[in-house]
Amino acid sequence: MQVNPWALVSVALVVVVTFYLGHRTSRFARSTHDFLVARRTVRSRRNAAAIAGEYISAASFLGIAGLVLKEGADALWFPIGFTGGFLALMLFVAGPLRRSGAYTLPDFMEARLSSPALRTASTWFVVFIGVLYLLPQLQGAGLSLTMIMPTPAWVGSILVTVVIAYNVMGGGMRAITLLQAFQYWFKLFAIAAPTFVLCAVFVTGGAGAPGSAGSLGEPAPPEFTARTTVTVDTDVTLGVDTATRVRVDDGSGGAGWTTWRSGAEHAVDAGSTLTFPEGAAVPTVDRATAANLDWLLPSTDLTGLLSTYSLLLALLLGTMGLPHVLSRFYTNPDGKAARRTTVQVLLLLGLFYLFPVILGMLSRMFVPELLITGETDAAVIALPTAMLTGVAGQMLAALLAAGAFAAFLSTASGLVSSMSGVIATDLLAGKVRDYRVASVGVAGIAVLLAVTLPIDDLALSVGMSFALGASTFAPLLVLGVWWRRLTWLGALVGMCTGGGLVLLAVVLNAVSAHTGGWAPWLVERPALVTVPVAFGLTVLVSIATASRVPEDVGAVMLRLHAPDPLGFMRDRAVQRFGRAEEHTRTSQGRHRK
Amino acid sequence: MGDPTDPPDPEGRPGGIREPDPTLGKPAKPLTPEPFVQQPREPRPPRSGPSHAAPSHAAPSHSVTSHSTSRTSDQRSPEPRASEPRQPRIRRQRVVLAEPSRSSTSLRARVELEQQTSWGELLIKDLVKVQLRTAVLLGLLVLVVLCALPAVFYAVPAAVELRLAGIPLPWLLLAVAPFPLMFGVGLWYNRLAERRERDFVNMIEN
Repeated sequence: MQVNPWALVSVALVVVVTFYLGHRTSRFARSTHDFLVARRTVRSRRNAAAIAGEYISAASFLGIAGLVLKEGADALWFPIGFTGGFLALMLFVAGPLRRSGAYTLPDFMEARLSSPALRTASTWFVVFIGVLYLLPQLQGAGLSLTMIMPTPAWVGSILVTVVIAYNVMGGGMRAITLLQAFQYWFKLFAIAAPTFVLCAVFVTGGAGAPGSAGSLGEPAPPEFTARTTVTVDTDVTLGVDTATRVRVDDGSGGAGWTTWRSGAEHAVDAGSTLTFPEGAAVPTVDRATAANLDWLLPSTDLTGLLSTYSLLLALLLGTMGLPHVLSRFYTNPDGKAARRTTVQVLLLLGLFYLFPVILGMLSRMFVPELLITGETDAAVIALPTAMLTGVAGQMLAALLAAGAFAAFLSTASGLVSSMSGVIATDLLAGKVRDYRVASVGVAGIAVLLAVTLPIDDLALSVGMSFALGASTFAPLLVLGVWWRRLTWLGALVGMCTGGGLVLLAVVLNAVSAHTGGWAPWLVERPALVTVPVAFGLTVLVSIATASRVPEDVGAVMLRLHAPDPLGFMRDRAVQRFGRAEEHTRTSQGRHRK
Repeated sequence: MGDPTDPPDPEGRPGGIREPDPTLGKPAKPLTPEPFVQQPREPRPPRSGPSHAAPSHAAPSHSVTSHSTSRTSDQRSPEPRASEPRQPRIRRQRVVLAEPSRSSTSLRARVELEQQTSWGELLIKDLVKVQLRTAVLLGLLVLVVLCALPAVFYAVPAAVELRLAGIPLPWLLLAVAPFPLMFGVGLWYNRLAERRERDFVNMIEN
């Protein structure tokens, strides 16, 4: 472990700036209106930056480059789906959702279908999705901190949790809006600047750059460019495509050079040290694509096709089911602003996602040893020091590490804030004090789980949250906004069935991972089945229970769809949460009755 | 928009938005917005000094308009009726009790919408239908383009090996091309949706 002092300083700076900004903006937050929806006065440009900043999580900042390193062209669907989710959100949900005047997702459900049972059920799903999404953020923070300083993993998780819990407790949505907007621009800089520098190094053939761009097209696995020693931290099974000379030192003194035959599997114990000569083919852990040509080209078989569709469906519809994304939409002043915000989010995300892909391609050439340990999520941070020796590489690595930390902080604070809002309004009395209690509780439970649960493949767990969102809330939102005949019973059945199927897939996946990986692709990417089932059941049960269509459906539809200048939008529960002056202000002007 | 399964647009529904109720734009009596003028309620003390004997021209308070406040001191305060005693000059203040609504017809249309009359409900249903149609068509456009990519790779495996300026075509198609497409469609939808809402508001308000 080599401590990178630059990285320590930059991560500390990010944490301090986050802490300071949150502390400063917290002073303006007083009422529950501030805490839940930042008084609904966030302008579209800042809100777009905040949404993008919150959305670019560890899975985007570190995970996409790692997936590109491992899976190649097939991983490119992740950025497409992540961005496309906002297009779907904009086309079908954004404006009407804001006009509903709801404070939280369960609040919207009750406003539309006036069913307390549905409200309770959706509250639990929001909390579950939120925790499922929060865990990889906290665990990833711990993991990244171990990469830059010799600490156990739980230190990073607890550090992140303390900072965000303080900010959310102090000012709720009001405090984190500016923070997340700032963190978007910081993350863009932190990933763009190193990418430009490393590309320049690569093109000009700087320090130790091997080969050219064409070398990735070879039908051979990547090769070590110099004599390389790799320390294996966990038990792995490695495979090679061509016969490879290797020196295995398992610590018992029996070190010696052997040749690994192609096709055979080689078990390597934790603590072993592998030494490869220059020019040796890089072995890979199972399931990673070994040959460069397979990596470079998208898969052309039927399984790959269906699995791609399934992933795309989950990401496109799952975004609208993520509680932290939706809760940011309630902070827009009106429906038109919500739509405009989303257009800008599309631009900001498209800009960002160019860079992790380039970094992933570079890491395939320069840090292929990560394929052995399987820690492909570390690719982004390991790349600069592998390409540039000396201070320059360390500084770029420091910038990337700081960006990754900003990603953890902004996503986690959005999640904690949205979950606290839901818990405070639906399970507690909805006062500022309840909000603070809820945020401490949520953060505490999440960090406890993050520290105790084993660290799973980060991208997989995030993918499951998207599938869960797409199978539970997406049908409710889309049908609730556009279909008059939706009933609460249909919504409840659809949500519980879709969610239950995805949870079944999560369990099967975990079982399969420990018993030899027998599960088919459908278990890993279940959305292709669960989303149509959830939609279909919602529609069928709604039609069967047509007598339960709420009586005020006409009034609700009017509120959701009437253009903003007509002034039908009325914020829910202002009497309950807003202060007296707030109430008089909103009862004037646009909110004429 | 040209989906054959959609109900045919009658002549009166350009872009799917229904023409307003013919009675909607014609209020029962024309009502011009008139600023409220506060009249001093307290009995005015009679003045009998000779210094105020100058003749003054009367202006009935009902027709006082905004220029009443701009009167200068050489225009003497009016004497409302001959029978009343002469009054001192009082600066009239214009007090606006409420923001003038844009027009009374807009209020009527709003009430019509809010009361869920059959006509109001039809209007809002039409708006919902038009917006949904736009969203679905644009969403399908993007979905078909995106879903066609893996299908093409599956159907024509040779396509994945094409190169453009040394970079494999699939990487360009997957890593760069979708983002401008999605942003463009987003902009387009935003423009369409805002235009429809503007049309709807204009129709309601005149």
